[in-house]
Order: sequence, then structure tokens, then C-alpha cells
Amino acid sequence: MIHSLFLVNSSGDIFLEKHWKSVVSRSVCDYFFEAQERASEPENVPPVIPTPHHYLINVFRHKIFFVAVIQTEVPPLFVIEFLHRVVDTFQDYFGVCSEAAIKDNVVVVYELLEEMLDNGFPLATESNILKELIKPPTILRTVVNTITGSTNVGEQLPTGQLSVVPWRRTGVKYTNNEAYFDVVEEIDAIIDKSGSTITAEIQGVIDACVKLTGMPDLTLSFMNPRLLDDVSFHPCVRFKRWEAERILSFIPPDGNFRLLSYHVSSQNLVAIPVYVKHNITFREGSSQGRFELTLGPKQTMGKAVESVLVSSQMPRGVLNVNLTPSQGTYTFDPVTKLLSWDVGKINPQKLPSLKGSMSLQTGASKPDENPTFNIQFKIQQLAISGLKVNRLDMYGEKYKPFKGIKYMTKAGKFQVRT
Amino acid sequence: MSMNNLSYNDQGGPDSAVEVGQETTPTSSTTGAAFGLFSTDFKKNDDLKEMLESNKESMKLEAMKRIVGLIAKGKNASELFPAVVKNVASKNLELKKLVYVYLVRYAEEQQDLALLSISTFQRALKDSNQLIRASALRVLSSVRVPIIVPIMMLAIKEAATDLSPYVRKTAAHAIQKLYSLDPDQKEHLIDVIEKLLRDKSTLVAGSVVMAFEEVCPDRIDLIHKNFRKLCNLLVDVEEWGQVVIINMLTRYARTQFTSPWKGDAIFEGSMAHAFYDSDEERKAHSNSEPYIMDPDHRLLLRSTKPLLQSRNTAVVMSVAQLYWHLAPKHEVSIVTKSLVRLLRSHREVQYIVLQNIATMSIQKKSMFEPYMKSFYVRSTDATHIKILKLEILTNLANEANISTILREFQTYVKSQDKVFAAATVQAIGRCATNITEVTDTCLNGLVLLLSNRDETVVAESVVVIKKLLQTQPTQHSDIIKHMAKLFDNITVPMARASILWLIGEYCEHVPKIAPDVLRKMAKSFTTEEDIVKLQIVNLAAKLYLTNSKQTKLLTQYILNLGKYDQNYDIRDRTRFIRQLIVPNEKSGALAKYARRILLAPKPAPVLESAFKDRDRFQLGTLSHTLNAKAVGYLELSDWQTVAPDQSVRNVEVVEQSKEWVPSSAKESVKSGDKFYSDEEGDEGSPCNSTEDGKSTSSSEASTSETESEEESSSQSGSGSEESEESSSHSHSDSSKKKKLQQKKTKNKGSDSDEEDDCAKVGVSSPTHSSEDSSSSSSDDGTSHSESDSGGHQEKWSKAKPKRWCKKQKMRSRCWIWMTSPLIHGYPQSPVCSLQACCQIWMGSLCPVPLLLYR
Repeated sequence: MIHSLFLVNSSGDIFLEKHWKSVVSRSVCDYFFEAQERASEPENVPPVIPTPHHYLINVFRHKIFFVAVIQTEVPPLFVIEFLHRVVDTFQDYFGVCSEAAIKDNVVVVYELLEEMLDNGFPLATESNILKELIKPPTILRTVVNTITGSTNVGEQLPTGQLSVVPWRRTGVKYTNNEAYFDVVEEIDAIIDKSGSTITAEIQGVIDACVKLTGMPDLTLSFMNPRLLDDVSFHPCVRFKRWEAERILSFIPPDGNFRLLSYHVSSQNLVAIPVYVKHNITFREGSSQGRFELTLGPKQTMGKAVESVLVSSQMPRGVLNVNLTPSQGTYTFDPVTKLLSWDVGKINPQKLPSLKGSMSLQTGASKPDENPTFNIQFKIQQLAISGLKVNRLDMYGEKYKPFKGIKYMTKAGKFQVRT
Repeated sequence: MSMNNLSYNDQGGPDSAVEVGQETTPTSSTTGAAFGLFSTDFKKNDDLKEMLESNKESMKLEAMKRIVGLIAKGKNASELFPAVVKNVASKNLELKKLVYVYLVRYAEEQQDLALLSISTFQRALKDSNQLIRASALRVLSSVRVPIIVPIMMLAIKEAATDLSPYVRKTAAHAIQKLYSLDPDQKEHLIDVIEKLLRDKSTLVAGSVVMAFEEVCPDRIDLIHKNFRKLCNLLVDVEEWGQVVIINMLTRYARTQFTSPWKGDAIFEGSMAHAFYDSDEERKAHSNSEPYIMDPDHRLLLRSTKPLLQSRNTAVVMSVAQLYWHLAPKHEVSIVTKSLVRLLRSHREVQYIVLQNIATMSIQKKSMFEPYMKSFYVRSTDATHIKILKLEILTNLANEANISTILREFQTYVKSQDKVFAAATVQAIGRCATNITEVTDTCLNGLVLLLSNRDETVVAESVVVIKKLLQTQPTQHSDIIKHMAKLFDNITVPMARASILWLIGEYCEHVPKIAPDVLRKMAKSFTTEEDIVKLQIVNLAAKLYLTNSKQTKLLTQYILNLGKYDQNYDIRDRTRFIRQLIVPNEKSGALAKYARRILLAPKPAPVLESAFKDRDRFQLGTLSHTLNAKAVGYLELSDWQTVAPDQSVRNVEVVEQSKEWVPSSAKESVKSGDKFYSDEEGDEGSPCNSTEDGKSTSSSEASTSETESEEESSSQSGSGSEESEESSSHSHSDSSKKKKLQQKKTKNKGSDSDEEDDCAKVGVSSPTHSSEDSSSSSSDDGTSHSESDSGGHQEKWSKAKPKRWCKKQKMRSRCWIWMTSPLIHGYPQSPVCSLQACCQIWMGSLCPVPLLLYR
């Protein structure tokens, strides 16, 4: 399936290659570079590139292209999904997935890739299994290793791979047994010029951090499970139990994992927590434009809107801006024309605003389109859909775990057209 | 020295040189860098060798780590092979692993030396630890050295019968490796695949199906007996295996089932129940209804559905394509929600999913209409994502939602991304042709766009307007006039050519403007692009024919210019036009028809989706994404017109009793409980029922085999009797058969009379059944020998039968009786007919199904 993998950095150097079958010359990447040149942005490089003898499937993350070489028909999503898993694993192991981190840990990377694929077919992609096979490098371990000469490779053989619950390590032990669940909801919305909502939907995830001894069997139930319209589970969740009772029942993996992602049914009206008032005008013939932007809270259920960040791609004709924010700071990059305004917390008594003028290229005609604003924000202790966890129970183990549930609402792809 | 030099040339390419240069001395000149590096590298390699040969474990490890670093950078480290290979038997696990990495990378180049390591692996293959056995097989099979093919073959065969499912999984992977190394081993490998396909471990299923797909995807007959097992195991298989199995089953289903799309699609839910209940009811259905879904077909759909909830996007996509290709039309839409969910994922995932949705949305708008807003474009999307979304929105447009879509398009046209804006213009054009109500609105909108500042948008608008006007030219002379006015400001060649063509085509509607445009063009002819020149020549010819008084001289002038043009196309066209329109003694009969040739009414172009013919490829495949057949793409066959014999999937004992040695039977027990219990036990109970019943499973599984064994023989007995009585009118005989069996039950004291079910079905005593079956087999001359199975029966008949396996047997019998079209021609018992069918499948009697499949 997957023949080879090349890692290409943003300046177009191949800094790592790995082959699972016979060696494919790295000249195959020339086709990729061609496509990369043709695309204006790295995001625009087509994910699938055919070449005379191979097919290149690439993903772009953390400014690195992961280029997989394929020789025969294979579902492209299969490869893409796998590459993303590779990136996730690197991130999990090294904290960041950057060129430097990969170069520093080239041996671990190689060992990981070796375990993840056999003859191009995924073998072990579960992070818990991999961590048993190859221990993640930490500073302490590196020091210990250099002194004692012990290795990163796990001494005992991974039994998880053979068990009924391959995602959980065996023999887990903690002194403090705790299970935390974060319900994080994101609002995707497009707001039009006049402030009315064109489309808005809520997507949510439940991320868990479970540190429990032994083989606990957890159940999690909701007050209002009907809100969940479409769900996808971590493989540990028992699907039939959900179908029948709308209860999440599972033996959790050890550590951090995403238990559930869901979509709130579109029948429910989505509360939009912020509004934007804007007045952006370019006058024909003049080299000045006016810029006014005011943010305000709306339908926040009494919670504060925090970490607000507004960013916008200004039209090409804009040379520079001269603005005054009532709070926070703004930056404008004259090359990329990217304006971003770090607002911080919205105070309902004193609404944040950004006002001033824009200077345009002289002679150029006025831009066709006003810029679109992308807004990010966070609201703590609120799941905007109203989803509530009812209770969490543990079976199978004797001790009493500490349980915690946190709610948060964030902006997803939240856009305001002007 | 020279060796190193060689190695550098090997990797060659400016890439590596540059990279290397950066690493050492980025400032120095290229040659200097190469030289400096060359010496350092030489030194490096030198001390590596020393380190590897040292006695210290940590030194060796350090050396190996550096070597792996070299390999990762794509540098050649092959000359260290002898030194590295010595460490293959090291006790240090990490060192060993790194040596494996090295070995797999270079063994192909250093075959002789690689042989040194083989014996280590051979020893490890016999290790008591399953994981060591597995990893030894893994490396052994990854070493691409042709000489060891026989050793690999042997190792694979052995591993395929290993007690550990993990080792068997590794064996399945090794099959593909061996096949790519030596395709001549195909026949032997197929045997191993056949054996592994029967494996009931979830660990093995995905890998062996992968091997099947790679080695012998056309041997669909190997799947029959494992079909139901695969369906039932599917949920528990690891996610990558699920993708492979689902794709394989999609192909399989197309060759085995009839289309659910034809005729009146009856609602299936109730059917499935009726089916299992009783023979009579089932029969009534088969007579009255034109289409009944094969229960196995239903099973496949039912067992894949939960996987739509998978977190793995590839799994969701493969289920979606399975439903698209196999499910009755009204059921396909259950995949919509999940596909739309995938759009939240990474950019690359979106790209593939949107492509597939685009193909689907052409054929089935209704699937995605409720989710139209999910396809609205955001300014942060990548361009190819935007264009795909646009495509889908256009496909979804209908009378009801067109106004919303057009309003949305208005925003897009103003986008800063000009490629996208141009694509939007095209999309508007498509909406205008598809939905007649809005044609005028769209046209007016497009005309407004002609005064847009961006020339690509203007050009695209002109081209689209041209296409639209062709559909209804008469009412729109003012638009043509407007375009003629704009002509001077438009610089994009394609747009200019389009306007010229429009004026020429409809010159009669704009009699005053056309000659003036031609005049201007005559002036600028030499500076135009080729495509515009061709249209100028065309315009001149058309005007000459309609309005020769005003344009005769102009035309001649243009034709003269064209005659000496640099481009041969234009010279050619000019020569042709001259002969056609200017009558002289040489010009033949064609000149008479010049008017009809040039001014023939031309059909309007159809604006259609780029995804229109994508559905010739299976969805979700690489070929679909590329819109071209990828290497190794397996066509999805058409539905069968006549359902192939369903009974081929029924029993797995007929064959097993011959080959399946008791030890492996024991193995199969492990997951035996999952096999059918899913259908019955699990429905009510929570899904973690895998734990319960495990204790009893061993007896269950063995009884199931006993049961079916006895069953089949008893059936064959009754069947043969029947065939003597009546010349087998198969379909009407079910009740008679039942009676016969009941009679039998009375005759023989069954050993399993604790349950009513059993009594009804009838379990014959081993001796009798074997007699019966042997006689029947001699009657019809099937090759199946029952003598040894008799022995098994004796042994097994002591085991207690269970209700579920009984039921299962009932079902399988029903299937044979009710649905087998072949049975009519074969006056024997169901089981005999089953065997016969198998034979037919092998291609001896009736090669048609096989051919169809290919």
C-alpha cells in the first residue's frame, strides 16, 4: 500500500525518507515540487498527484509536507488518514511536530515508522501500544539512558496488541486515580453583511484524560442525549449500548484521548455569542478608506467572552492601516495584508472597538470586496448547545476515582462577511 | 576513498549535494563544500565501522543510531553491511531493531551477505514467545533476497497454522511480500490465503483480506464460505482492516447479488424477519415479489452500518461507498450525515470527501439538499476545496433553492481569489442553463460582471454568456451590442475570441456593428493571439456571406494577412475559407454550400459537471479521485441478472472436515462465539457480550460443526430418498421435506433431545447418516468422500447441540431449498446440490459466473 514516505520542509528539502518496500528514488518528489511551485499557497497543493509510475499523496501539517508514495490503487483517504495519524503520533511523542524535533529524534521516528507500517499496511497505530514498544523521549530518560546505557525500546513485549482491548496498556498503576472529561463545543458560522446568520452549526468533542489503575469500565450518561445528532466514537465505546440506551460505555485507553465527537442537530437554533458592527468604506478616487469595527456580546448565557481575536485578509490595494483599538493590540502585515486584532475579554459595559483609516495604493481602483473577518473566542464553563453530562460511573475496580467535567465553547470557523 | 566517492554518485542529484552542503559549510563554494564534506563523511564512516566492531554495547548502539540517521537522510551506508550484520543476534533489543531496519533497507543490494543473517531468524521462528516469532517472520519476509524464497514459503506456511493470531497476522503480511518478490509462488500462496481466510480471529481478518486483494483478487470463490463470518467480525476488526474488507466485500456483493434498484423496491426491514421464520412464509414471498434482497446482502448492509460512526475517515468513506454501490436507493441517504461530518476534518480529507459528494450529488440531489449550507464556502478554504464546494452547490441547485444559491454566489464572485471567482461565474452559467426560471436573471447578472475590474472574471463571464446566448440568441441582440462595446477593453484572448464568434454567429442581429468590429480587427490582426485570429477569419467569412457589399475588401485584406501568418493553423484556415467563400473556377461544388456550412445553426453547448462521468469508478478509490484508471484498479462488476447460487456461502463444514485438522478446529473456537451469536444474543444485550459465553464457546463451536455435519448428511439422506420418489420439484417440496425429516426423527432416537428445536430438525445417528450420504454421493457421482467425516461424527456426536446452531442450520437449509436455481436440474439433496454448485463455481460446468466476475 504505502511504499515510501518523504518528509519535505517548507523550503523544499527532503529531510527524511523511509521505505517499506523496495527503495523508491527521491527523484519521484520532483513531481511534487512541480505541483508545489504551481500552487500559490502550500494549502493549495493538490493532495493527490499522479506521476508516470507512482501516485503521491501528501498532507501538509506544521509546515511539513508528508509525501507518501503509492504504486497501486488504494483508497486515498486510507493513506491520508494514516499520514495524519503519523503526525499525531509525532506530536504526542515530541510535544511538537517540527522539522527540528524530527531531526533530533530521527532514531525514534524511524523506530515508530517501522512499527506503524508493515509492508505498507498499518500495523500498530494506537498510541498506547506504540508507547509500550518505544518509550517517548523525555529529558530525564535521555540523561538516564546516556548514563546507564539503557534504551528507548521497551523491554517487555507489547501485550496490548494481543488483548481484547488493544487500546489499553496492561498493568496500569496510579496513586491518584482521576478521570477528566472536557466537553468542548465549536461554533461554525457565517454571518452576512447585515448581521443575520447564513449558516451556523455546533460541533463538539469530548476529550478525556483518564488516569485510572487497572481495567476500569466506565459509563457516561447525558442529561439530554437527544441533542447529539451525529456522533463518532473512539473504538473503545460500545456502539450497541449507545444505540439502545444512549449511554457511553467503555474501557478507556490510558492517558489522553478523544472519546467522542458529535454534531448537534441542525433543527436547534444556534445561539451566536458575539455580534460585530462594522463600517468599512473605500471611496472611489481617493487613497483613503475608513475602518470601524465594534464587537459585542450576545446570547452568552451570562458568561464572559474571552480570548477574542479578530483577523482579516485585507484587499490587495490596502497599503497600510492606521487604527486605534479601544482595548487590546492590533498588527498589520503590509506584505501579506493580514490584519489581526487581539481583543482579549469583552466587557459588556465598554464594548471594544477598532477605528481609523486605511491608506490605499494611489491610482488603483477601489477593491471589489470588503474583507471577511474571522473571529475566535472562548467561553468557559458553557456548552453552547446545552449538553450536560449526567453522571459518570466506574465498574470493575474497587477504588474511588476523582472525576471532573469541564465545559467550554469556542469559535470554530466563525466568519463575518462585510 | 573511491568507494565513498561512488556512494555519493549513487545518490546523485543536485538535491543531496545541496543538502549536504548546508549541513557542513553553508558558506563555502559548492566544490569546496563537497570536498570538505566528503572527507568528514569518510572519517565518519570509518569510525562507525570501528564502533560497530567494538565490544561495548553502547558504542555499537551509538553507531547504529548514526547509521539510521544516514539512512533517514537518504545517504548510502551500504558499505557497512558486513559490520552491521554481525550484530543481528545481539541481546540488546534496540540494537537488534536498528539492525533489522538496516538489514531490510540494504539486503536487496547485498544479497550474499544478507544470507548470513537468515539462520538467526530461522531460530527465532521457533521461539516460544509469539511476539519474537512474529517479528522474526516480519524481518525474514522483508528481506528481499530471491534465494530464500523457499525458506520464506516454509516459514509462512508454518506461521499460518501458528496458535497465536498475531503470528498468523504476520504471516498474512508476509504473503504479500513473498508474492511481490516471486510471483511464481502464487498457487502456494493462494493455499495459505485460503487457510487464513477461514481464520476467525479479528486480528487476522484485515491482513489476510489485504493479501487476498493483492495476490488473487479474482478468486472470489474463496470468499463464499467466509462471507458471513467476515460480516459478523467486521465491527471488531481493527480500523485499517475494516477499510480493506469493506472494499473487498463491495466487489464481492456485486458479483453475487441481484440489483436492489430494479422494479419496486419493497421495504426490507420486515422481510428479514419473515425470512427466518418459516419456509412457507418465505416461499410465499419469493413467488409474489419480484425482488427480494438476499439475506446475505442484507447482512452486509446491516453489519457495516455501525462503522459510519467510526473516527477513522477512511472507514466512514468506505462504508459510504458500499451503501452507494449496494444499498437500495432509499437507504443510501443514511450515509449523508456521516459524510458531512467528515468535512470538519483536515483539508486533505475534505478534498477527497467533497469529490465523492460531488459525484453522488449529481445522481442523487436529495441526499445532500438538507445539508446545502455545509457546503458554503469560507474565505479560509483552500482554492481546490472552494471549487469543489461550488461544484456541489451547483449540482444541488433546483427551482426551490436557486435564489439562495445565487445570492451566495454573488458573494463569491467578489472573492479575492480570482480563480475561484472565475469558477463561480461558470457555476452561475450552469445554474442558468439547468434552471430555466433564472436564466434571464443570471444573464443580466453576468452582463453586469462585464464591467468588473478583474479581467479573468470578465473573460469568464464573456465565455459563459456566449454559451448562454447560444441557447436563445434572438432576444439578446442588445447584450451582443453591449459586449461589442466592451470589446476594446477586454484583453483576455479567450474572451475576445468568444465575442468575435458571437458577433459572427449572430451578425444578422447586429448588422451595423459587425462590419465595424471587423474593421477594427483588420487593423489589429497582426497583434492578436492565434485563437483570436482564427475567430477574425471566421467573422470575416461570415460577414462576407451575409453582407458582402460592406465587407468584401475587408475580408480580402484579412485573408491576405492570414495567408502569410506564422501559424500554420491560421494559414490553413485562411486557405480553406478562401476556397470556400470566394468563388473561382477551381473551387468546386462546396462554395455553393458555404452559407450552409458556415452559418448552420449550431447546437448550444451543454454545460455540465466535471464529475458527470466520475461514477464509472468505484467511489472512494484513487481512480475516482484522479478520474483515470489507477494501476491495480479492480472494476466493480455490474449486478448479476440472475442471482448466483446463494448456498455457496452456507456451510463451511463440507470442506473443513477434510482439511481442517482438529488442532486448528480448536483454534477456530476462540471467536466462534462471535460468529452467529451477534445476530441472536446481542440484539437485546449490551454489546460487550464477547466476554460471556467464552467459557462455553469451545463446546459450542465443536457442536456447530457436528451439527452441520450431521445435518448435511441427514439432509442428503432425505434428499436422495426424495429424488427417488418424485423427480425433485425443488421449490414446492419444502413441506414434504419437513415431513420426511420428522419421520426420520421419530425413527432414530436422537442423542440431543433436550431441546424441541433439535427434535424438529432431526439428528440422525452417525452410522446411518454416513451410509446414507455415501450412497447418495455414489449416486450422483460427486467426488466428495464421506468416509473420514463419518469418523469425526462419531467423535462429535456426543457433544451437546445448542439452539443457535440449530437455527442456523435451519436457515441454511432454507436457503438451499428456496433460492437455489440450480436445484431444479439436480435431483439430489440440498447438500449434494451444494457440492455441485461448488463444482460449477470452480468453472468446470458453467464458466459464466466466473467470466462475469472478471
